[in-house]
Amino acid sequence: MFKRGVIVAGACLLVAMGGVGLAQARDYISIVGSSTVYPFATVVAEKFGRISSFKTPAIEATGSGGGLKLFCGGVGVQYPDITNSSRRIKASEVKNCNDNGVKQIVEIKIGYDGIVLANSKKTVPLNISRKELFLALAKNIPDPKGSEMVIPNPYKTWHDINPALPDNAIEVLGPPPTSGTRDAFMELVMEDGGKEFPWIKALGKKDKNAFKQICHSMREDGAFIEAGENDNLIVQKLEVNPKAFGIFGFSYLDQNSDKLQGTLVDGEEPTFEAIADGKYPVSRPLFFYVKKAHVGMIPGIKEFLNEFTSEKAWGDEGYLTDKGLIPMPKAERVKFRNDAGSLNNLSL
Amino acid sequence: MSDIDMDKTNKTIDTVKRGLARRYAAERRFRLFGLIAIVISLSFLVLLFGTVISKGYSAFQQTFVQLEVTFDRAMIDRDNPANSDFGGLVKAAMGREFPEVSGRKDKRKLNGLVSTGAVYQLQDMVSTDPGLIGTTNLVWVPADDDVDMLMKGHAKRTGAESDRRLDDQQLAWIGKWEQEGKIRKQFNRAFFTSGDSREPELAGIWGAFVGTILTLALTLALSFPIGISASIYLEEFAPRNRFVDLVEVNINNLAAVPSIVFGLLGLAVFINFFHLPRSSPLVGGLVLTLMTLPTIIIASRASLQSVPPSIREAALGIGASKMQMVNHHVLPLALPGMLTGTIIGMARALGETAPLLMIGMVAFIVDIPDSFVTPATALPVQIFLWADSPERAFVERTSAAILVLLAFLVVMNSLAVILRNRFERRW
Repeated sequence: MFKRGVIVAGACLLVAMGGVGLAQARDYISIVGSSTVYPFATVVAEKFGRISSFKTPAIEATGSGGGLKLFCGGVGVQYPDITNSSRRIKASEVKNCNDNGVKQIVEIKIGYDGIVLANSKKTVPLNISRKELFLALAKNIPDPKGSEMVIPNPYKTWHDINPALPDNAIEVLGPPPTSGTRDAFMELVMEDGGKEFPWIKALGKKDKNAFKQICHSMREDGAFIEAGENDNLIVQKLEVNPKAFGIFGFSYLDQNSDKLQGTLVDGEEPTFEAIADGKYPVSRPLFFYVKKAHVGMIPGIKEFLNEFTSEKAWGDEGYLTDKGLIPMPKAERVKFRNDAGSLNNLSL
Repeated sequence: MSDIDMDKTNKTIDTVKRGLARRYAAERRFRLFGLIAIVISLSFLVLLFGTVISKGYSAFQQTFVQLEVTFDRAMIDRDNPANSDFGGLVKAAMGREFPEVSGRKDKRKLNGLVSTGAVYQLQDMVSTDPGLIGTTNLVWVPADDDVDMLMKGHAKRTGAESDRRLDDQQLAWIGKWEQEGKIRKQFNRAFFTSGDSREPELAGIWGAFVGTILTLALTLALSFPIGISASIYLEEFAPRNRFVDLVEVNINNLAAVPSIVFGLLGLAVFINFFHLPRSSPLVGGLVLTLMTLPTIIIASRASLQSVPPSIREAALGIGASKMQMVNHHVLPLALPGMLTGTIIGMARALGETAPLLMIGMVAFIVDIPDSFVTPATALPVQIFLWADSPERAFVERTSAAILVLLAFLVVMNSLAVILRNRFERRW
């Protein structure tokens, strides 16, 4: 028994060594990055795997920041070929990439995603401005008496902020700080809402850190609840508690349109059309980044880009719109398709 | 004197009698608490199984639609099926079914009732039997997940049009199918035979199942011999000294370390240092081996300790060497307990997702893994990924996948019980 065990262990070690050898050649595309882009990238990957002779790409949802970190790790089969991102790559990340030998990056914008504030259909929809949302959710808000000071958020109900709003306790379920949705919500709602106060806007130009301190601190007294990355869980909670609101990507509202309704932000309802033509204010572009050095090394990258940037995928009536992607205008699609075809380098 | 004696016994009996009711009550209370504890845990279990089964059982069926497909010669490239327009075949069949539908938007709505899987199905049919080209056949193709949800009663047919995933016109088309018997639910084979998909009606657990089997096979092949050798050495051969004590303490500590730590270790050692392929069952198996080793070693040592010393002494007494004593006498007696410990360790490894997250096995993988180095996921990971998908139809599939995982666990644990009852000897 003992001897046999040793032999089995030895055999397994040999298998492991074989694995090292095999790791030198990878025949599938490895994609990491944003969980917001994940539902779209996976659909393209699946189609690509079924209709082409290449293997289906493996896709991991690591978050935008985590994906870029892995992506910029270096050139070689053990590093991913493509990373998805729900925000644009930062200059610091490009530098990190360059330092690790990833010098040529192709940037492809794939479309837009709206971030919605939604609640159960059992109650009336809310019509709220970004300034009011800032006042409802920021940890510290400008003193209502008018001085240039912040005080701890005193508002308990929506009604306290604006008498036109319902007399319900403020209760918003949202994503944790690791999420790209949270980043975008901060930028598009909290920052813009805060800027409605002239002195905060002036502060933003003068002292960026103090500005972020005010706009990026969410309430911790129970009015804003971090609900984790699982958006389906938020949807279920909203169903049970009609007074609560949730923050998530448009695709979840789209899929649950029988149970949930979107809040009107600055008077605009979050509909497919309003997000597409930019009327709905809380929307952001989605990207993916390709490591040019891997094109030719890993089979199928060019063909995958071709599939992703085809009209039948990301066009106005492409299959990605069925999954909730908001397509770019025609001119932008043409530009990024050309970038993908000729592998143009990213320029910030 | 006897009076005093009588007095004494009386007193003792009195004390006993006085306390008797209280003691009985205490016992009844204790039994009641025990019973309540069991009832509470059972009701939680029933609640868990109840929700999972009631949500999940419908995923074992899938709605299919009958289409009359003409395998048009002009649209199929016999030598290169990938170049053929199978989507066009489906659209043509739908057009024949509902000739009155015209206009781009309406046609899109109509074609949306059939799953995109129909195209792959036709493609597979032609590639297995090229003789089909040029014929017309009745084919059952999977319906779209929205239609599936409607047929299973998970989506409502009434209410405002904007509140529904399917509008009145689409409901009318489905109604026509229902009247003609061209829509039906049948066993969901795809769920057990295909890999992951972003279309709920095409998604299956076979890929995750194979990934789990590969990972666990490697874990078993590594952790069983290593764990048992380590425990035999520590229990039978190792000298008693400070160093061995230190090793022992460390093994016990490792058994309680959160599994995510092993994932981080795996990332640093196997992927970043040895450059083993990310997302592969090879790395998964190695990480889970690290995780289960302490459990197996502890269980194996306990079972070696339970072999009475008399067996060892008798073996040594008739002239067996220490090695013979262990291999011929102690190990066969301790093996059932070791196997039980191993299976419990494996069951724990089966349910892990946290360490797999770090090494990239929490990923969207469609192709069924065919070796230890192709990317793969595992069953609990598949459950997690589906639970996070926006499409409504994934809710029932999540529960169905949980059922499959539970079945797997029950099989493994009953194996442990059977092994124990069959081979274990009590002393």
